[in-house]
Amino acid sequence: MKDATVATTSPALPRPRRARRLDWRGTSSVVGFFLAWQLAVNFSLPGFTDIPTPWEVLVTFVRDFLFSANYWSSWLVSFQRVFLGFFLAQIIGIPLGLFFGTHATFRALVLPVFEMMRPIPPLAWVPLSILFWPTTEASIVFITFIGAFFIITINVFEGVRSIRPEHVWLARSLGAGTLRIFRRIMIPAVVPSIAVGMTLGIAVTWNVVIAAEMIASDSGLGRLTWEGYVSSTPTIVIVGMISIGLAGYLSTMIVDWIESRMMPWKQ
Amino acid sequence: MPTDAAIPVRTTSLLPNRRTWLAALGFAGFILAWYAAVHWSPFAAFNRLPDPFEVVVEWTSSDPYYGISIFTADYYTHIFYSTYRALAAFGLAVLLGVPLGIFMGWKQGVRAYTGSLLSLLRPVPPLAWVPIAILVFPGVEPAVIFVTFLVAFFATTMNTLVGVRAIPQDYYRAAACLGASNRDVLFDVVIPGAMPSIFTGLQIAMGAAWFSLVAGEMIAAQYGLGFLIWESYSLIQYPTIVIGMATLGLVGYLSSAAVRLVGRRLMAWHEQRLGMAG
Amino acid sequence: MTNTASHPPEDLGPRPQTGGLGIANVSKVYDPEGRAVVALDDFSLDVEAGDFVAIVGPSGCGKSTLLNILAGFDTPTSGEVLLDGVPLAGPDLAPRPGPDRVVVFQQGALFPWMTVLGNVTYGLLKQGGVSRREAEARAITLLAESGKLDRIADAYPAQLSSGMQRRVEIIRALINDPRVLLLDEPFRAMDTVNKSTMHRHLLELYSRNRKTIVFITHDLEEALFLADRVIVMTTRPGTLKMDIAVNLPRPRKREMMASDAYLALREKAVFAVSEEAKRAFERGEREMA
Repeated sequence: MKDATVATTSPALPRPRRARRLDWRGTSSVVGFFLAWQLAVNFSLPGFTDIPTPWEVLVTFVRDFLFSANYWSSWLVSFQRVFLGFFLAQIIGIPLGLFFGTHATFRALVLPVFEMMRPIPPLAWVPLSILFWPTTEASIVFITFIGAFFIITINVFEGVRSIRPEHVWLARSLGAGTLRIFRRIMIPAVVPSIAVGMTLGIAVTWNVVIAAEMIASDSGLGRLTWEGYVSSTPTIVIVGMISIGLAGYLSTMIVDWIESRMMPWKQ
Repeated sequence: MPTDAAIPVRTTSLLPNRRTWLAALGFAGFILAWYAAVHWSPFAAFNRLPDPFEVVVEWTSSDPYYGISIFTADYYTHIFYSTYRALAAFGLAVLLGVPLGIFMGWKQGVRAYTGSLLSLLRPVPPLAWVPIAILVFPGVEPAVIFVTFLVAFFATTMNTLVGVRAIPQDYYRAAACLGASNRDVLFDVVIPGAMPSIFTGLQIAMGAAWFSLVAGEMIAAQYGLGFLIWESYSLIQYPTIVIGMATLGLVGYLSSAAVRLVGRRLMAWHEQRLGMAG
Repeated sequence: MTNTASHPPEDLGPRPQTGGLGIANVSKVYDPEGRAVVALDDFSLDVEAGDFVAIVGPSGCGKSTLLNILAGFDTPTSGEVLLDGVPLAGPDLAPRPGPDRVVVFQQGALFPWMTVLGNVTYGLLKQGGVSRREAEARAITLLAESGKLDRIADAYPAQLSSGMQRRVEIIRALINDPRVLLLDEPFRAMDTVNKSTMHRHLLELYSRNRKTIVFITHDLEEALFLADRVIVMTTRPGTLKMDIAVNLPRPRKREMMASDAYLALREKAVFAVSEEAKRAFERGEREMA
C-alpha cells in the first residue's frame, strides 16, 4: 500500500459549481455554528462559562487588535518563520528526493536512516533544537523545516519512482542525453509531486510554528494565543485562533497560486 | 536494467543482500557522524548534546542515571499515557469521521450543509485549539485528547469523502441495474469503493494524531512522551530527551504499520491490482 | 421513418416472449446553464423481442443519452419508452433502473472488490428468492458454458485480462435473465483481435439464449457484423437517420465481411455516418469560431 504521507491529506473539498444563487444550506450551517456558540455562552453551558460570545470577540478584535502594530507584527513574524522553514525544506528536500529516486546506492545508504527519523513528530525536536541553535528564531525555523522536510522529500521521491523506466529507455534509444532526460521526463513527472508535497507541507508547517511559538517563543501568533491563555483572557485566545486560521488559509492560497504557476496545464 | 545513475531505477535494482549491507553502513555512518559531532566538532552547541552511546547506555541500563530506561516503570507509564491518548483520539476520529465522510461523499445534500462549515474550521491549525480546549473541557486530559481527535478527524473525514467521490458512477449504475437497494449500494459499492482512500486517510490520521498529541503534551500535560521530552529538557537530562524522541518514533511507526496491515488484510483485491499494474 | 421489417433469422430459434421495446418520440433536453441542449429529438424506434439492434452515430449524437433513458438512469423530457407494452420511462416517471434491462458498461463496471463469482451472483442475490448456494451453482454453470470461465471464479477482476473482464460482465448481466441487454460500446478500448473474440462470444451467447440486445457502438463494421438492424443516428440533436436491415445469415462468419451483400450494406452505412460526422464537425467549428 502506498505510504500515507504521499497521498493527499486533508484535500480541499471539490470546488462547488459557481453558485449563482446563495448557498443557503452552507451558510445556514455556518450561521448555526455561531448561533450555537452564542447560545452556549448565554446559557452558561458547562465549559462555556468563561468563553466570550462571538460578538464580544469581534468587538475586542476591532477595538484592541485591528489597529495594533503589535498584532500585525505577530503576523509578520509567524509568516516569516513559516515561509523560511518551508522554503528551506524545499531547497534541501527536493534535491534529496531526486537523489533518492535516482541513485540506488545512495538510497540504500541514506534512506533507512531517513525513514527512521521520519516518524518522530517535529515538535519532539524542540528541546534538541533549542539546545543546539544559538537563537530562538533559528530553533523555531529548524522545527518548521523538519515539519515540511520529510513530507516534501518523500513526495518527490515517490514522484521519481513513478516514472516508468520504459519512458527513459525510449528516450535513450531515441538519442536523448542525460540532461535532456532530466528536463523532459523527470521534471514533469516530479512537479506534481512537489506540488502535493507543498500543499501538505504548508499545513503541517503552520501547525508546527504555532505549537513551537506556544512552547518556546516570545513573539508570533502562537505566542499571542498562548499569552491570552496564560492571562486568562479567552477573548484574546479566540482572536488568536481566528487569526491563525486566517493566516493558514492565506498561506494555502499562496501555495495554490504557486502551484498553478508550476503546472499551468492543470485546470 | 540500465544502471546509469541518472536514470531513475526501481528500488529493487540492488540485490537485497547488498541493500541490507548498505543500510547497515548508512546507520553506522549516521552513528559515527553523531558521535563525531558531539565530541570532535568545535561547536559548543553540539558538545552539549548527548552522544549515541550515552543514550543507548542510559536507555538500557537497569539503574538509569536520570530515571528513565526500559527497566523503569516510569518509562512505560509515559508510553502508556501517550498511547492511550493517541488511540482514544484516533478511535473517536474514525468512529465519527468515516461515517461522516461517507455520507458527505455520497449524498450531495449532506455535503451542501457541512461543506462550508468544515472549510471554515479546517484551516485553523488544530494546535491553536489547545488553549480553548483547556478552557472548555474540564481538565487537561480531555483537552489534549480533543485536539488530537480534531486533527485525526479532519484527515479521516476528508480522505473518506474524496474516496467516496472518486468512485466511478458506473458502479452505482451497475448496482442499480442488478437490483441493489439504497442500503445495498452503501455496503456493496460506497464502502468497499472508498476503502483504499479511507485507509490512506487512517494512516495519515494516525501520524497526525501523534504529531498533535506530542504538541499537546508538551504544552499542557502530565505524563506522556511529549511531556517526558520537555521535562527532560527542563531538568537538563539530555539523554532522556533522545530516548523520548526515539520511543515516539518507534511507537508512531508501529501504530501506522498496524493500520497499514489491517488495511492490507481487508483489501486483498486492491493488492492484487497493484501487482498487476505497470 | 421507422422500418420494422427485419428478417427473423431462421437459424436462431423462436423469439423470446418478452423484450419488445417501443421508443416513441423520445426527446431529451439538457439545460446546463440556461442554454438548452437538445440531445435527442423525437427519436422513435420499435424493437421486436429478440432482435439484435446496433445503434451507431458520430460522437455526441446522443447514443449514450438514449441508452441511459432505456436503462432507467435518466428520464426523457418528452415521449415515452415501453417495454412489452408497459411504460418504462417518461417525463413523469421516476428513473427506475433494474434487472429487466441490464447494462454492460463502456469502461467496465465489474466490482473490483468482489471475485468473479461474487460479481456474477450479485444480481441474483440482491433480487432475492435464490439461495447463495443455488446462485453460485448457476453462476458456475454459466461461466463454464462460456468458455470454461469457471476456472477463474475466485479471481478478482483486476487479475483478469480486459477481454475476460468483459465476458464476465456480460455473463453477470445475462444471468439475471433480463428482457433487454444494453451494451454501451463495450469493446471500444480493445484491439482488433480481442474484439473479434468478443464478437464471437457475444454471438454465441445470443444464439444460445436469444434476447433483445441494444448495442451502442461507433464501429460500423462491428455493428453490421453483430446486428440484425443498424440504426444510424444523426448528430446532435439526435434522431433516427437510417434504419438498415442486415439480412446476412446467422451464424455470422468473418468471411461474410467480404461478400457483396455486406459491402453494399457497409457502403450505405458509411455514407450515412460520414454525412453526420461531417455535419458534427462543421457545427463544432462554428461553435468554436
